[in-house]
This record gives sequence, structure tokens and C-alpha cells, in this order.
Amino acid sequence: MTQWSGYLGLILQGALVTIELTLMGSVLALIMAFLAGMGRVSRFFIVRAIATAYIEFFRGTSIFVQLFWAYFVLPFAGLSLTPLQAGVLALGLNVGAYAAEVVRGAILSVGREQYEACTALNLGRWQGMRHVILPQALLVMLPTFGNNAIELLKATSVVSLISLADLTFQAQVVRSQTGSTLMPFLSVLIIYFALALIISWGVRTLERRMARGLDGVRV
Amino acid sequence: MDWDWNFVREIMPTLIQGVKITILATILGSILAAIVGLGIALARRSENRLVARSVSWFAEFIRGTPLLVQLYFIFYVLPDIGILLPPLVAGVIGLGLHYGTYTAEVYRAGIDNVPRGQWEAAKACNLNGRHTWTHIILPQAIPPMIPALANYFIAMFKETPLLSAITVLELMNQAKSVANTYYRYIEPMTLVGAFFLVISLCSVVLLRWLEHRYGRIER
Repeated sequence: MTQWSGYLGLILQGALVTIELTLMGSVLALIMAFLAGMGRVSRFFIVRAIATAYIEFFRGTSIFVQLFWAYFVLPFAGLSLTPLQAGVLALGLNVGAYAAEVVRGAILSVGREQYEACTALNLGRWQGMRHVILPQALLVMLPTFGNNAIELLKATSVVSLISLADLTFQAQVVRSQTGSTLMPFLSVLIIYFALALIISWGVRTLERRMARGLDGVRV
Repeated sequence: MDWDWNFVREIMPTLIQGVKITILATILGSILAAIVGLGIALARRSENRLVARSVSWFAEFIRGTPLLVQLYFIFYVLPDIGILLPPLVAGVIGLGLHYGTYTAEVYRAGIDNVPRGQWEAAKACNLNGRHTWTHIILPQAIPPMIPALANYFIAMFKETPLLSAITVLELMNQAKSVANTYYRYIEPMTLVGAFFLVISLCSVVLLRWLEHRYGRIER
């Protein structure tokens, strides 16, 4: 039993790496989502084209391939990344592309009259976006962002294959050291599930807080 | 970073071997996911509350944990209890189970969308439970959900590189092995990425067509 506690410590270390990756990946994904999502509804053709190309490219090639490309091919171009950097980059750009479509959908879901009201109040495009459109769109995006964050959490397991010591990696280490299979994999599955539950609980709480005072506005 | 076409020609046959396995895994996984999803959707509507709740939790658990760890679980834990599976079979079961929990949601929405009147009419015609499902509900529920199902099958296709982690010799694994043999990562990795991108872009066209063909319910 004392032996297990040592291995459990190893797995918990892995959990920390997974959490760190999920947080950093989410921040990058969020930035990319807003850049590309708002780029998709831009007035300028060239901005729309770049945003579309980014989204289609990262949604079209699998996360696994992107990660391997970032880790193994970029060094040949003179850009060496640590596993953690490659992981955050691939995860953030990949999930960001999916979330960008959410941002676009949410912005388009805001009613026409809101845009007309912005014009009537003589707000500039940016002012209208910042004070009228985005606060309403954000609430529409939140639940799907939560799902995207869970997808990102699940995708972090792939970084174990480029030798980053996350949960999945540590489970393999424990498996190869003890020969036991059920304990490491089951405990890792449970930790992932717990993290996913925490994310969905957090997003629900955030949604409730942000919806405060908007009762009359939401349809 | 220099691109060598001769090397590309040399590795092409190996990669095509991998493509075959990738496509085979996707097709088998899709079939399994379609069946598992229907099973989960029906079980969740079961009269027996215990069955409905436990299947619901099981599906939730699978959806909240990474496919990679589930594949490890199937590949490493099951042999310990005497079930020895070839890698490809383990991979297909993993893909089918994981995406089955997603397709279950599609089936649920599709079944919920069948109007109440159809259920009542089936009862009025004195059809039993099985006949109601096979002759009235499912034939109306399934066509509108074909585009959503296809969407998940395409997502599954993009996750097949994970099978390389449990030694299935699919495209990614073949690419990794030639890359490790010749220590040239640029061509194999880029080709894998290009392959996935091309298939995904084609599948977007296919999806549009499916939506056009099946998206509406004719009344």
C-alpha cells in the first residue's frame, strides 16, 4: 500500500502538468478564437480570407499531426520548441480554430436591431462591438466554450506522445514500472473526468453570474 | 528545410499502406459508433430507471475522458482479465465507444424531434414496442440526423492517428517509422497533414450535400 502512495504522487505530478497545459492552451485558444472569429466577420476581404484559411487549416488537419509537426518539423526550420511550448501552441491553435466558429456564430446571433441601435446611438463600429454586441454574444458563447475547454483537456493527453510528463505519460510510467495496468489507467481516467466536471461546473457558475441583470434582454 | 521529391516518391507506398488501415479503422469505427450510439440512446429512454441512469453516467464518463487513455485501457487492461485483442480491433472498439457517446446525443435529438402524434398513431394502430421503433419512429428520426452523424464520423477520422499509440500501423505510425528510419521528418509529417486536410476539405463538400439532401424533413 505504501508503494501505491508513491506512484499516486507521480500521477498527481502529471495532473499538475495537465492542468498547466489546459490553462495555457485555453488562454491561447481564447485569444485565437476572438482574433479569428472577429476576423471572419470583418469588413475587409483579406482579413476574412486569412481568418478562414486559419480556421479551415487547423480544423482540417488533426491535432495529433499538428503537434508532431510543431515538435519534429519546426526544428528543421530553425525553430526548436520544448515539448511544453509545442503542446501549448498546437492545442491553443487547434482548439482556437474550433472556438473561432463559436465566436462568429455568437456575434451573428445578436439581433439586427442591436446593430441598428448602435448606429442610431452614433456608436463607431468598435464601440458598438465592445459595449453592445460582445457583452450579449459572450453569454451565447460561454456554454460552447466550456465544451471546447473540455475537448482541450482531453486533447492534452496527446502531448504524452512527445514525451511531456502529463497524466497519460505518468500512467504509462507507472504501468511499465509496476506491471499493474488497472490502477494507473483507472485513476488517470477518474482524474480527467473530475477535471472535466470542474470545468463544466465553473462555466455554469460563470454563466449564471454573467447572466445577472440581463433577464429582460435575453430571449 | 528542403523538400525532396525523390524521398516523397520513395516513401509513398509505405504511406499508402497506412492510409488503407486509417480508412478501414474509420469505417469500422463509424459502424460501431452508429450502433453503440443507438444502443445508448435507447437505453437512456428505458423504463428501467437503473439502466437509464447507469448508461447515462457511463456515457458521460466516456465523453469526459481522453480517447488516448481509453485506448490504453482497452489495449493494456483487458489482456490482464483474459481478453486479448489485436491492436486494430482494440482501436476500433475505442473509437466506436468514444464516438458512440457523441452519436447517442444525435440520436436522442433525432428521436425527440419525431412528433408526439406519431407515437400516438402507432399506439392507435396497435403496434407493439418493437414495431413502433422499427417501422414508425426510427425511419423518420434517422434521415434528418445523417449530416450530424457524418460530422462526428469525420471528427473520428481525424482522431485515428491516436491508434498509432497502441501500435496500429495506420498512416501516422507508418509516417513516424519512415521518419525515424531516414531521420527526415519534413516530408512524412507534411504529407500526413496534407492528406488529412484534403480529406477534410472534401468532406466539407460532402456534408453540404448531405445537409441539402437529408437536412429537411419532408411532410
